[in-house]
Amino acid sequence: MELALLIDIGSTYTKVALFDLQGIRLTGRNQAYTTVERDVTIGLKKALSGLQGWEQARYKLACSSAAGGLKIIAIGLVPDLTAEAARRAALGAGGKVLKTYSYELTNRDMEDIKTLDSDIILLAGGTDGGNKDNIIHNARMLAGSNLDQPVIVAGNKSAAEEVGGILRKAGKETYLTENVMPELEELNIEPARELIRNIFLKKIIQAKGLDRVNELIDGVIMPTPAAVLKAAELLADGFAEEEGLGELMVIDVGGATTDVHSIASGKPSRPGVNWRGLEEPYSKRTVEGDLGMRYSAPSLYSAIGSDSFREQLEECGYSDISKDKYEAMINRLHQDVEYIPKNQEEQIIDNLLGRNAVRLAVARHVGLLKTIYTPMGASSLQEGKDLTGIKYVIGTGGIIVNNDDPGFILAGALYRNQKRPELLAPVEPDFMVDREYLLAAAGLLAEITPETSLRLMKKYLEKV
Amino acid sequence: MTAKPIVVLGVIGADVHAIGNQILEHALNDAGFKVVNIGVMASQKEFVNAAIETGADAIWVSSLYGHGEMDCRGLREKCQEAGIGDILIYVGGNLVIGKQDWENTKKLFLNMGYDRAYPPGTLPETAIKDLKEDLQKRGKSRWNWPS
Repeated sequence: MELALLIDIGSTYTKVALFDLQGIRLTGRNQAYTTVERDVTIGLKKALSGLQGWEQARYKLACSSAAGGLKIIAIGLVPDLTAEAARRAALGAGGKVLKTYSYELTNRDMEDIKTLDSDIILLAGGTDGGNKDNIIHNARMLAGSNLDQPVIVAGNKSAAEEVGGILRKAGKETYLTENVMPELEELNIEPARELIRNIFLKKIIQAKGLDRVNELIDGVIMPTPAAVLKAAELLADGFAEEEGLGELMVIDVGGATTDVHSIASGKPSRPGVNWRGLEEPYSKRTVEGDLGMRYSAPSLYSAIGSDSFREQLEECGYSDISKDKYEAMINRLHQDVEYIPKNQEEQIIDNLLGRNAVRLAVARHVGLLKTIYTPMGASSLQEGKDLTGIKYVIGTGGIIVNNDDPGFILAGALYRNQKRPELLAPVEPDFMVDREYLLAAAGLLAEITPETSLRLMKKYLEKV
Repeated sequence: MTAKPIVVLGVIGADVHAIGNQILEHALNDAGFKVVNIGVMASQKEFVNAAIETGADAIWVSSLYGHGEMDCRGLREKCQEAGIGDILIYVGGNLVIGKQDWENTKKLFLNMGYDRAYPPGTLPETAIKDLKEDLQKRGKSRWNWPS
């Protein structure tokens, strides 16, 4: 029996799972609190102590989002163009984008960047052969600061050497890679993504003390969001003889954020539609920092709006829950992030928060179709991805996984439940639930044996 | 220096006329320019953003459906706000509805801050010749044009 031990060191829990690779079977799983502040191995050992036979595993790999995750600052020129391209590269690498800057960095921006304490700075700006002045200015600003994190230069190739020179002369750890937007609105984020991941492996893991796990396992090999994205790609595209599911979305509703991944071209599904704006990545990840079930519950509630929340409670047949009551509950969730609903009323409040986190996160992820009336008749403009034809929406995160009716939460994604008719949200996808918290593990396993990883996902993801 | 001068090209407003846009792209390419074509139904903001990121030397705006005055007004000011106020901006096409006196129309667009305006039926070569001259006047004669 060939075993693989796959570990997700999360910000709260360290989750361990053991798989039998020949039998395509989950043989056991366990979790314990993450202890990265003191020594990450304490929590890991505790989690492993409840897992029989892990020592025999041939592969022992981990991903991590502990110690703040992989914190990145993205810098570009125009907000909708290179700054957005840099942001997408950072998100695609599994990073947490602390902030995105555009145009020339000011002294005030620099103060801000110092306090944000990122792990990596991603510096872009200008198409190849295009604007050089801005990225050179920004390189000088970074060079003149006492920031010591690695800087990745992924801007105008005609300025790259000069920019690299300015940063290196000032003693900054500098890496050059291809431009994230080599031609106008053409996205090229793969090289930057790859480089971010290498720096994560070589530097950030040590810096965060995550390399201590090496005494027990082979090591931490990627940030958790990158593992989930990898799993989603594999599940959509398939591997060799093993077919994938086709275009899909993965929605992860967490305590602090809601992540949405789409693996789909997003091209216009109707004829005669003009596609505008920055090219969309086939594998796209967005993160909503204000939409979460616990820590971000108050900001989620304010994004929903109190009137809309009350209306939805009424539609569910709970018009008797007073505003004071559900607002008190929402505040409680913010403070006591471990809280689990104790009765049906609390459960419906939690469910509605979850459904709306899904709805709003999907609304921000998908593109929109605008109709413009011209002298030649109506004309359609699409911005972003058309995900109306998505076949599968896969849900993960506590509110979905531990729910009696995960379909109620995931239905927030549907076109008919969006409040805006122009949104290109999924129309009639099938829903699946990641009941065994398998996705991150499957992303890790995909690095070794993609075919087995795919078969595991197909076996354990549960249709709703 | 072998870098080509860069022209941002597009059809402004709600205008979907794509053929002239393609012809201009070919003509500019053949004349040795790098063309950044933002296509039809382009907004002023898209012209400005494209010109900033690509470090463009000129913006070429087409308008063929008669709403040119409404669509084109304010582009120069937006460029000024965005820090590329001295970029060359040309406009051409069926800029106004009906048979109006061309000289008046031309004056209207020059007053809006366009460096050059062209009536319907202008050959691409005419405007390309002007562009080369304008760039040379600005000291940008370093390019070796293909003969």
